[in-house]
Order: sequence, then C-alpha cells, then structure tokens
Amino acid sequence: MTGFRLDAGGVVDRERPLKFFWDGKGMTGYAGDTLASALMASGERVIGRGFKYHRPRGVMSAGVEEGGAIVTVGAGAKRVANVRATTTELVAGLSAHGQNAWPSVRFDLGRINDQLGRFFAAGFYYKTFMGVLGTGTFEWMQFEKLIRRAAGMGRASREADPDWYEVVNDHCDLLVVGAGPAGLEAAAAAADAGLDVILADQDFALGGDLLGAAGPVGRANPANWLSKRLAALSGAVRLMPRTTVFGLYDGVVAGLVERVTEGLAAPSPELPRERLRIVRARRIVLATGAIERSIAFGDNDRPGVMTLAAARTYARRFGVLPGRRIAAVTTNDGGYADAVALAEAGAEVTLLDSRWARNPLAEAAEKAGVTVRQGGVPVKAEGAFGLRRLWVGDHLGGGRARPEEACDVDVVAVSGGWSPVVNLLSHRKVKPVWSDHLACFLPGETTEPIHVAGAAAGVWDAEACAASGKAAGLAAAKALGAWGGTVPNAPGPNGWEAPIDPVYEVSAERWKGKRFVDPQHDVTTDDIRLAHREGFVSVEHMKRYTTLGMATDQGKVGNVIGLALMAEASGRSIPETGTTTFRPPYTPVSMGALAGPERGAHWRPTRLTPMHEAVAASGAAFVDAGLWKRGWYFPQPGETMAEAARREVAMVRSSVGVVDVSTLGKIAVQGPDAAELLNRVYVNGFAKLPVGKARYGVMLREDGVAFDDGTTWRLSETEFFMTTTTANAGEVMKLLERLLQTRWTDLRVHVSSVSDGWGGVAVAGPKARAVLSKLIPDIDWSDAAYPFMGVREGGMKIGRGAIPVRTARLSFSGEKAWEVFTPADYGPHLWKTVLKAAEKAGGGAYGLEALDCLRVEKGHVTAREIDGRTTLEDLGLGKMASRAKPYLGSALKNRPELVRENRPRLVGLKPVAEGARFRAGSILCRPGERSAHGVGWVSSIADSPSLGWIGLGFAEGGLEAWEGAQLVAADPVNDAATLLEVVSPHFYDPSGSRMHG
Amino acid sequence: MLRIPCPFCGLRDHAEFDYEGDATVTYPPLDAPEDAWFEAVFLRENPRGRHREYWRHTQGCGAYLIVERDVTTHEIFGAELAHPGMASAMEGAA
Ligand SMILES: [Zn+2]
Repeated sequence: MTGFRLDAGGVVDRERPLKFFWDGKGMTGYAGDTLASALMASGERVIGRGFKYHRPRGVMSAGVEEGGAIVTVGAGAKRVANVRATTTELVAGLSAHGQNAWPSVRFDLGRINDQLGRFFAAGFYYKTFMGVLGTGTFEWMQFEKLIRRAAGMGRASREADPDWYEVVNDHCDLLVVGAGPAGLEAAAAAADAGLDVILADQDFALGGDLLGAAGPVGRANPANWLSKRLAALSGAVRLMPRTTVFGLYDGVVAGLVERVTEGLAAPSPELPRERLRIVRARRIVLATGAIERSIAFGDNDRPGVMTLAAARTYARRFGVLPGRRIAAVTTNDGGYADAVALAEAGAEVTLLDSRWARNPLAEAAEKAGVTVRQGGVPVKAEGAFGLRRLWVGDHLGGGRARPEEACDVDVVAVSGGWSPVVNLLSHRKVKPVWSDHLACFLPGETTEPIHVAGAAAGVWDAEACAASGKAAGLAAAKALGAWGGTVPNAPGPNGWEAPIDPVYEVSAERWKGKRFVDPQHDVTTDDIRLAHREGFVSVEHMKRYTTLGMATDQGKVGNVIGLALMAEASGRSIPETGTTTFRPPYTPVSMGALAGPERGAHWRPTRLTPMHEAVAASGAAFVDAGLWKRGWYFPQPGETMAEAARREVAMVRSSVGVVDVSTLGKIAVQGPDAAELLNRVYVNGFAKLPVGKARYGVMLREDGVAFDDGTTWRLSETEFFMTTTTANAGEVMKLLERLLQTRWTDLRVHVSSVSDGWGGVAVAGPKARAVLSKLIPDIDWSDAAYPFMGVREGGMKIGRGAIPVRTARLSFSGEKAWEVFTPADYGPHLWKTVLKAAEKAGGGAYGLEALDCLRVEKGHVTAREIDGRTTLEDLGLGKMASRAKPYLGSALKNRPELVRENRPRLVGLKPVAEGARFRAGSILCRPGERSAHGVGWVSSIADSPSLGWIGLGFAEGGLEAWEGAQLVAADPVNDAATLLEVVSPHFYDPSGSRMHG
Repeated sequence: MLRIPCPFCGLRDHAEFDYEGDATVTYPPLDAPEDAWFEAVFLRENPRGRHREYWRHTQGCGAYLIVERDVTTHEIFGAELAHPGMASAMEGAA
C-alpha cells in the first residue's frame, strides 16, 4: 500500500489543486503541499537513489534533514540539483526529476553497485589510490571513472544562471530564528517592549511544529493558538517566511537567505530569485527547534522508513497518510502522541517501545486504537521498492535484539530521540554539552548576546517551549533596556515522564543487512566500526574517512548516531569521544545569492578615464589594465594590432603623438612639511627641488625592495603634485597615510588622492613643442624658458575660451615630450583639441602598446620590472639613491641577500637570428644548459619598428657578467627557445639627446 | 563580521576596513641601524588574547584607527584614532 490523501485535515487548501510533473508524469497536489507531501499523496514511494549503492529511497523526513527524497527541480538553465523534496513548496507547473539513476529512480542500471558493496566500504577512494585492493593503479583509475559516473549527486545546469539575486544590509534589535511556539512568543514579548524584531523561518508557513502538532499547547487547540499569535505579530514584527538563517558570525551578525520567488508559479522578472540579507542584530534568540533521530536497523533505508514526527506531520499538516499499516518505533515518551495522531488519522498503528516497563502513556494510546508493544524493536525491513514487512524483535538491551516475528506494514516511523538544533550556536564556536539524561547535545553557554529557547534548548513540551520563548524575548528586551520587569524563570530541558532509552542501533546475530547511519552518503554502522578498527579513533578522522555527515544535510540526523557508535566501539563515553561541530551554512545556499549582483561585468568596477568617450571616438581599441580600460592602439582600416603599434611608435619618433595618461595615480601633497615627507619616502633628494620643477623619484618598501616610481612636481613652497604608477596609486596613497597618521605624526602635511580629479595626455615627438605652443600661448615654450623637467601652468585655448592646464616637460618615450593635465571635466576637450592639432602637424594618437614599445626602447622600467622582488640596484637605478640622507627602506636595503654580487640585474635582450621572437616570462638559460631556474628571466618585450624584436630582462650578475654574451630564452609552456644576445637596456638614444634641446 | 566603532563614522563592518598590522611596534628613526629596523619590520609577538592593531577605514573616512581586539574571541573593546592630534581634536569636539 502507498500513501494517500485524507478527506479532511491539515493546512493544505483542497480548493486550490496544483498540477505538477514528476519525471514527466502529470500529478496533482494542493496549495500548502511540499513536493514530498504531494508525491506521497499521489502514491509515489521511490523518490531518490542512494549515493553509492543506488538503493531506492523514499521520503525519510518532513524537513531540512532529508536524506532520501533528494531530487532535481526545473529544466535547462533553471535546473537545480540536490533539492530536498521535503522543503520544496509545491507550485503549479513545478517539474521535478529523480536523480542518481538511469534511466529512472524506479529502474536504475547503476544498482549493480549495491552488489559490489564490499568495494565501497569506508575509505574506498583512499584505498583505491593506494593500490591496496587492485592489480595496477592504471586499471583502478579506469574503474574509478566508471564508479564516479554511477555514484554521485545530481548534475547542475551548465548554462549561465538566468535569475538575478540581491544583497541587503539590514539591522534590527532582535533577530528571532524559528517561528515555532518559542520563536513566536519571543518575538511577541520583544515587540511588546518596543523592539525592532525580525522573525525568520526557513519554512514557507510560519508555526514550526504547530502546523501539524500532535497535541494541544497547554489546553489550547494548536491551530487556534497559532493563528491568534500570528495575527498579533502581523505589523508588530518583520515576519520573514522562506528565510533561512544559514550562519552566525562575529559581531552578532547573521546571514539570511530569502527565497523570494519560491511559491510563485510565474514570478515577475523584476523579483530577485533570492535575497541575501546580512543582519546586524543587537541580540538574537535561537528558537530553532529539534530534529528527530532515526535508529540504525537492518535495511532501515527502505522506502517507507521515516521519522515518527515526519509521519505525523504528513498526516496532520498535509492531510496525507504515508501508509495504512504503520509500525511506530520509539525509545522515548514523545512517540506516543505521534502514534495516536496516526491512529486518529485512520492508520493501523503498532507502537514498538524499546523500553520494557509499561509506560503511563500506553493506556491512552491503546484507547485511541494503538497496539503497544513494550520492549519491542525493529530488526530488519523488507521491500526494496517500498516497505512490505518489518521483522520485530525483543529488546535484549543496548540495542541487541532477538527477532521474533514479521509484521506486514507499509511504513516504519521511528523516533530515536531528538537532537536540538545547536548548529547556529556551533557557528559561534560554542561547544554543545552532552546530556546523558536526555541522550542529546544541549546548547552550551555563550558570552555573546544570544539566547536559546524552546526545543533548541531541549524543552520538549509545546507549552513549555512557548514559556521558554517568552522568557528569552523578555530577557532580550531587558538587556537592551527596553523593559524593566523581572524575567520569569524559563522551563528547563525535558518534558518526558519516563527517561529515554538511548538506542542508536539495533542488531541481531546472523541478521545481515546494511544499517544506515547517514543515508544520503550511504554510510553504514559497519563503516564506522571498520574506521575504528583501522585506527580512526578521533571522531574528526572517522568523519572524514567514512564521509559521515558530509552530504548536503551535513549530518543533521546521522552525526549523533555515528558518534554514539564510535564511543561504543572505543569503549568511551560520548563526551569523551568528541562532539559534533557544525559550520555555516545550516542548509545549502546558492552561489548566486552569495555573489549577489557582483557577477559578470559587475564582479568588479570598471574605471574609465575622463576622456574615455573621446578616445573611443578617435578609433581606439581598448585593453583591460587592472580595473581600467586603456586605449591600446588606434588601427587604421585593415591594420593589425602589431602594425598599428609599429606605425604609432614611428610616428612619435618622427612627428608627434598623443596618449591618454589619465590613469596615473595623482596625489596632492600639501603643507609646510610636504618637502620633508617626500625627502623621507623617495630614495633621492626632494628637499631642495625648486618651485616650477619636477623630479623622477623611486620609493622603496621599508624592507628595502623597490616599490614604485613616478614624477613629483613642485607647484609652490608648500604644494606638490605627485604621480604614481597606475597599478600602485592606491598603495602609495595608503603608505603616505599610514606614515603620516601612525608614525610621523609631527609632520604638518596633508595628502589627498586627486587621481580622479585630473585627466591628462602626454604629447611626445619632435613636433610636440610646435603643437603645444600654439594651443597654450600663455606659456613660454622656448628651451631656455621651459627646460627639461620644468613645470608650468597655463590655459589651453578652446574656441573663444580656455581650460586650465598643468604641464611638465617629462619624457617616458625618449622624445621631447610634455605631460598636460586638466581638471577631469575638461578631459574630453583636452584630448580632442590636442589630437586635432597633432594630426594637423602630421601626427596622431597612440596607445598603450606603442607607449610600452617606446619605453622598452629606452630601457625605462615599469611594474613588469618593479615587481616586488627587485632592488634599486637590480633595476640599474642604484645611482639615484642619496647618500646624504636616510629614507624609507635605506636601513634594510643592504641586507646580504639584497646586495649579493650575482643577483639578477636589468639587461637588454635581442635575438641573434634576424626576425626571431621570444616571449615575456621566458626563462633565461645558458646555451645548452636548460634548467628550471636558469640565470634569469625576460620581463618585457617590444616589437620595435626600428630595432626589431627586443626585450628587457634580468640576468644573474647583470650587464657586467653578460654584455655581448648569449643566453637562451626558454619557454617550456610553448615549447620554444630563442637564442639571444645580451645588450645594454638603453637601446635607443642612450645619451638622451633627443629629449633635450 | 567584526564590527569596529570608528570614532568618526560609528559602528561599521570590518569589510569597510583594511587590517594594517600590529600597533604596538615602535618604528626606529630612518637613520637607525639595520638591526633596529629588522626587528621593527620582521619580528612580531603573537600573544593570545588582547591585541592592539591598526585598521584603516578605507571605505569610510580613511582614518587609521588603533583597535583593541581579542584575537581568540574576536571581541572588540574599542577603537581610537591613531594620530594623537586628531584623537585629541575629536575629544575636544565631543
Ligand atoms: Zn571612519
């Protein structure tokens, strides 16, 4: 027999039928159903397949702890694998499929794995790769591929996620997690005191266990009690159903994920699929309830074996009876009310209580039609595709049993005790405390502003849970100063008359059959004992070896059973054996929610220079440089990048070129001690730099390694304009701030980043002066009046007006050149005006590729050379360092390793054979001696129109050791090797005559 | 998420800040010998419990703060401006 819908009862809406599809077959459920309850009502028993053995699995729970009914929902780009049918809200048109099976969950060829069980014991993968089991490693590797295909979880979509997600930063006074009786009362008490309260629950309906309660709350009908509470809370607290608090973090911060479109058949595209809500609370109440444990007995994974509370929940909440003949199994008093509820729903119920003493609750149960068998335990289930029979035995104590008889049943509903959900507290490193009395872990003490209430604190009775929640809510209000009364004493753990019988496994001699501890990962009791025999004594090692608790449910059901079996095997108590540690997330969180809007192009910001549009309009192709889009080259029709760059280089050398240099870092250094600050951070002197002059400077890190370079312009006695490399703009700013705020706090200097405040171009080439002198007539451009490294401010004529410009005569290209900056808003005008004038003079725009070639020809270094490993001497800049003053890094730059004679130092490189090429990143080796490290590396290359293929690099001992000698640029990745000659890095105009005069 | 009370901006997420190292290190003058600099740059105590450390409010006011934090529990006891002049100016303003 299979499950079926009752005529009445539950909170499903029988007036609202919903059509859905299971493996392509149309079925009908009701609004308020989960996928699991609808499948059960439709008579489906096999919903999933086991991970390793592919055994058929049915619904095992009614919540997040599900280990059996794991399915794939949706299709195409919206396909989501490994979804718990037990928490999936049914909507019209929902389409779900079984997974881990081919061709279907009812008929699966992969089930052969079950017969190969001996190969799949604990540590299977470790042993396979260590070659213990097999013939040769190769054969086993092939075999392993097959097994991997057969054993596994559902497949995720390979397409891009079409949905969108958002992140909300939120605050509240009190966050209440869980909307059962405890959470509802805690939220109500806190809201009454005037607190801003968020009440979040993972379920789509609020009420927790009250939605399908076994008994009254005190004397009140649970449904009435619930609706009264919810009505009072509406508007008074922020109610968040479909919202999982998946993690607790430092600073009373909680991670929530709201499933915004869950429950909507056709959600508006305006809605995000999920919303990550990061809540900074002042206090938290955890009313997270408890999860019922199963018991490991023979073939306890058969479809039809579920927890007892789950069977009752299907009957009472969803109006679905899981079967007609139910064996209810309990080790505790809680099982009686559930057995009665199932009998009242019309099932024929036999209650097996592992305890021999006649229970006081038995009489009432029998009155309700339940057959009570004291001292009875389940031994072995039968029925691979749906339970048919249960072998019942006498409990001999400690889980050992003597089989007595077979009962025809279609459901076995098991209560092995309850585990309070201490997971969130565990995220805060609070160790749970084992209670022998209640056979469960109770939440430990915390010094953080977190309260635990209700079943999460081991309180089993609904009315006591409500009182416990109210006390927690009042305690929170009092701690926040919102309420001045006396907090009532909260009910302590328990609520049962007779003590629980701690049974974790039932075994009977000579009765084979797998006894599952973790059905989702197919971990059995034998696996745990095997792990112990093989020396895995620590529970942490046992978990990793057997993979217990590593499936998507993260051991919500199996961890305690595994721990108890390990304790038994090693002859220790449970607290001596270990504890169970949970880490976020509580339930799986989609990657989309965590990423939020930061995906695709929004993964990081895109930075555009102030003249970007104008540069694009000039025909630029762009390249990504860090966050920046930089003009790379300006192709004429039919030109390749290499051709365009060669033309642009030749243009700069023969005429004039204009390049956007707005990405340079720019820092305003102001104040009476500005010169002193610069003098301390640059290796060369800045104290005596005259007003109206610029100087090239290099900074070291304090450990003596080269850090950054750039020019700094003196605008007045107390004001400098510092430029940094594009890449280090932020880091240089941070260094100056750190020094001024933490170390040199007596210096009267203010630094501000003005990188985005200025746009700039470099104008380079023999005709640069002619172009600029026409555009900026209020500056005297003669060599005498505007010498090399001079700084001048003026106005550039634009139409009838003028824009302010700040200029300096600097050269990165080796030609006569100026940098011209203007306030960012004028950037486009600057670019258009200068480019137009340059074109008139026979020049044009050039990009980053040509810029790089020009500097390699001159032997100028960039971040490719100043790479965080090289010293001033390595870079050939040793002579810049002042001997007259100390500076940042000067004390440590002479450590033995940094002054070693044969350190790799800057050299120029060119191929011996004409037309040969080599790549940056190649290793420099002695000819005929290719070794892993070689004697250096290639840092930059350039395709020079006048010199051919050239490069810069570092070779041990530098030019002194290698000038005129040959080295091989080895590029093992591309299987290339090029014979090079080592030359001076100053390929072009070494005397610098072209930039002067 | 650690929550740092910035004297300028109020209680903020640590994601807005950059950790900037041990605030108990005294750096020697620039002309001090190599040994003194070696010690300041490379040698660190790593005691259990309370630390004084620099945090820069990079995504906020930009100020360098000295934050007192227990590295075992992550409890934060307070934050002050690293620059003594700014710190006393704040006190005057309060
Ligand atoms: Zn701040």
